[in-house]
Amino acid sequence: MIETDIIIIGAGPCGLFTVFEAGLLKLRCHLIDSLPLPGGQLVEIYPKKPIYDIPGFPVVNAGELVDNLMKQIEVFKPAFTLGESAQYLEEAEGKYVVTTNKGTKHRAPIVIIAGGLGVFEPRKPPIENLALFEDKGVEYIIRDPELYRNKRVVISGGGDSALDWTIYLIENKLVKNLVLVHRRTSFRGHLDSVQKVMDMAQAGKIELITESEVVGINSNGNGQVGSVVIKHVNLGDIIKEADHFVPLFGLTPSLGPIADWGLELEKNAVKVNTVDYSTNRPGVYAVGDINTYPGKLKLILCGFHEGTLAVQSAFARIHPNKKNVLKYTTVNGVSGF
Amino acid sequence: MENTIKVNIIDREGTRHELDAPTDMNMNVMELCKSYELPVEGTCGGMALCASCQVYLESDTELPDQNDAELAMLDQAFHVKDNSRLGCQIRITELIDGIVLRLAPQ
Repeated sequence: MIETDIIIIGAGPCGLFTVFEAGLLKLRCHLIDSLPLPGGQLVEIYPKKPIYDIPGFPVVNAGELVDNLMKQIEVFKPAFTLGESAQYLEEAEGKYVVTTNKGTKHRAPIVIIAGGLGVFEPRKPPIENLALFEDKGVEYIIRDPELYRNKRVVISGGGDSALDWTIYLIENKLVKNLVLVHRRTSFRGHLDSVQKVMDMAQAGKIELITESEVVGINSNGNGQVGSVVIKHVNLGDIIKEADHFVPLFGLTPSLGPIADWGLELEKNAVKVNTVDYSTNRPGVYAVGDINTYPGKLKLILCGFHEGTLAVQSAFARIHPNKKNVLKYTTVNGVSGF
Repeated sequence: MENTIKVNIIDREGTRHELDAPTDMNMNVMELCKSYELPVEGTCGGMALCASCQVYLESDTELPDQNDAELAMLDQAFHVKDNSRLGCQIRITELIDGIVLRLAPQ
């Protein structure tokens, strides 16, 4: 069990800066993020994009802003659980326990949700009975390529991950056969990957079916994937026998497990009180893009403000009898842990 | 009104909304829909990264060609047709006055 003062869910810019403001109040933080690196969307989606509305920075690249934030909070020694998503929030003896999808447990009196867009989940194609076959031959992420050894595999998608996995599974002679289904005739992946896949199709190592989409899945009789129905724009339905169907259409953000934490929600965001950005659960706060309130603006600079006020309130909860006054860093400097 | 054009949005129930759209606010169609509280998520904030603002172009309005980011995103989206566009990549300018767009399924 990881013990800390504040569990911050989400290691994007708002989560990171909240560590700084908490540190000034001598509160320790532990951050949880489903992505393998801190930075959230700034690192995952747009590291090279310039941001123009961070006060004091005429322009700063998203990745650079994250680097600077990491430097700024270093003195407060934040700890991280990365590559795991916060799954459960439970109350125990006046504290909260947050458990990740991998079972890592964290305990603290305060939880600050700085979850941004939510967790990044695979985009699922609109096939009626798709969910029935999840983990029964349908996988949205390839975790263990060995699963496909000597199997008949249908991959759909036209981006880099569809191309890269096609190449990997063939080059390592894992699959029995592989069908790649793509909606268009051209691919938008890296040029050399596209060329490799085209060569593989030419050489008969894979079957490439373009201008087509997978529209249905049939069972093999035991509830596992037995075949897929592929709809060609001109030729109609094609049935391909398959043991696995792997749709690879990238990731899309969703609120994820937070939606089941008993928090008041509005339009896919967590409702907060703007006095201290607290949610309806005492000791649970929400800051940054994931919260909503009248007049909400999804801006990094607003998230910094929200985190700052939230930790003041958190301090009062943790130390109800301690006096606290705002101290300026210009007067006192920053003393770390 | 000066600096205002008409943008027609057909929602997922088939209802047509004729929206007054300002051309001097540097807006795009996704933002316009949100400002009229039409059911468009715009999750990524307009960076052509989520396709939650996919629309079908139903008028013969001439739009600028799609950029790489939009094409790449539409490649990963669903319910995509030949006339699919991302609302966040359509700028509100005089050139699109009278445009008719239908919201794609979610």
